[in-house]
Amino acid sequence: MQFGVFSVSDITTDPTNGRTPGEAERIQAIVTIGEKAEEVGLDVFALGEHHNPPFFSSSPTTTLAYIAARTSTLQLSTATTLITTNDPVKIAEDYAMLQHLAGGRVDLMMGRGNTGPVYPWFGQDIRNGLPLAVENYALLRRLWDEEVVDWQGQFRTPLQGFTSTPRPLDGVPPFVWHGSIRSPQIAEQAAYYGDGFFHNHIFWPAEHTARMVEFYRRRYEHHGHGSADQAIVGLGGQVFVRRNSQDAVREFRPYFDNAPVYGHGPSLEDFSRETPLTVGSPQQVIERTLGFREYVGDYQRQLFLIDHAGLPLKTVLEQLDVLGEEVVPVLRREFAALKPAHVPDAPTHASRVAARTAAPTPEEVTA
Amino acid sequence: MTTRTLAVVSAGLSTPSSTRLLADRLTAATVAALRERGDDATVEVVELRAHARDLADDLVTGFANESLRAAIDTVVGADGLIAVTPVFSASYSGLFKTFFDVLDKDSLTGTPVLLGATAGTARHSLVIEHAMRPLFAYLRAIPAPTGVFAASEDWAGAGGVDGELARRVDRAAGELADLVAGRPSVERPVDPFADVPSFEELLRGH
Repeated sequence: MQFGVFSVSDITTDPTNGRTPGEAERIQAIVTIGEKAEEVGLDVFALGEHHNPPFFSSSPTTTLAYIAARTSTLQLSTATTLITTNDPVKIAEDYAMLQHLAGGRVDLMMGRGNTGPVYPWFGQDIRNGLPLAVENYALLRRLWDEEVVDWQGQFRTPLQGFTSTPRPLDGVPPFVWHGSIRSPQIAEQAAYYGDGFFHNHIFWPAEHTARMVEFYRRRYEHHGHGSADQAIVGLGGQVFVRRNSQDAVREFRPYFDNAPVYGHGPSLEDFSRETPLTVGSPQQVIERTLGFREYVGDYQRQLFLIDHAGLPLKTVLEQLDVLGEEVVPVLRREFAALKPAHVPDAPTHASRVAARTAAPTPEEVTA
Repeated sequence: MTTRTLAVVSAGLSTPSSTRLLADRLTAATVAALRERGDDATVEVVELRAHARDLADDLVTGFANESLRAAIDTVVGADGLIAVTPVFSASYSGLFKTFFDVLDKDSLTGTPVLLGATAGTARHSLVIEHAMRPLFAYLRAIPAPTGVFAASEDWAGAGGVDGELARRVDRAAGELADLVAGRPSVERPVDPFADVPSFEELLRGH
């Protein structure tokens, strides 16, 4: 099982001292967080994509390529890549390029984006969100899987004899996850292609997560990619951890109370009960996280949100230390002991190259 | 004998509140009217005051907590609804509106509703027509033709309730009972996973 962190790249005032980091500071901080994630033994770093303040991450492949150059084992991913407003041709090119530079340590997560005004900035309309996700991804697949593409669709100019460059590393495109909070159509899309499904599993009650994952697993089996429990599932999660549970609650409360998404609403205690948020000791985080398996089954990737709401870099790095030293090693051991042998690990470039070598090519099947 | 479920939403804030008092009158009259039509009724009352913080939390977080979820399930699963609000600044109260704001917009489609409002003065008596009816029209609920408005003076008649108010209560209750008794129970809430198109359908044309 893979463990990592994901960032939404918000620039938020620290409510304890009123200080707002500048873009330059926050961009350097995200690089430091990525490097630290590898240093403490985590597997994955995923970065969001936004095109409006207060977020800085408009160009994830640039950032991820830079982090790739400063790391050696870390898997780089996104949370999420906007499949609706990005040109699929540019996604195919950018992520193949990143894949080459990072030596294959790249996958990506597709998301639609729910900020209406962003769509027209890129010539689109949020009311077409779902059809855009369907058409753009279908084109992206062809651009990666086929050398020369002739294509015509509803949302972009046609392509005649187009070859997306560079070609995917070793002829194997990056693995794709599809992220959605509550659109079963996106879970269906992930299942249809045999791709991964990621539920952000933060800010909302876990029953939404459980239903979406259950639906995705059922449809994965229906589309013939394997049994339901072999589908590739990733979850988010939100934690704040200190050795002593009371210290964690005391320190995190002002950030919680003023957080952009849920602040000025429910108490930290209510929100911790209603959603997967866990604020407490390493042992509490371990127990809660192991509990996720009870409603989504054995899964492949766990990402934690630890750097939002104005938390200073120093605190975020301390969070990574505790996750790396005390939380993740136990989770690795416990999850591995529970996982049946027929449930696959999260795909990596190496495993996908090996799988392709083992599988017969289409010509061999028809011969 | 069919047993119908009636949900009562009262947005009164004081205890006792004239809004709850009117809701109770409407409820008792509706239960009696359903009995006359051969139906039994169970009643569940949702006092919005108890969910004031839950509703504010829902606005902020985008989801209903456990306590509010139970109230919402009660209302959207009912065969008929009695909705009563005090008049605040010439309209329904913000608390009343917030409850209907956080419902799924399709969740009351086809539900018969009896509308009630209370105020300190009869000069607000058209609030049911100019504020409440458009709200329930948007929700595609089916409001009974008679809405019941009660001002302070309506409570001052013999026996505590003015004869004219009692007649309006009975007429409205009869209308709601006709709407409820005349229709099959609908299963709600609609399952969003029930009719997801297959991806072959979603891909058609691409």
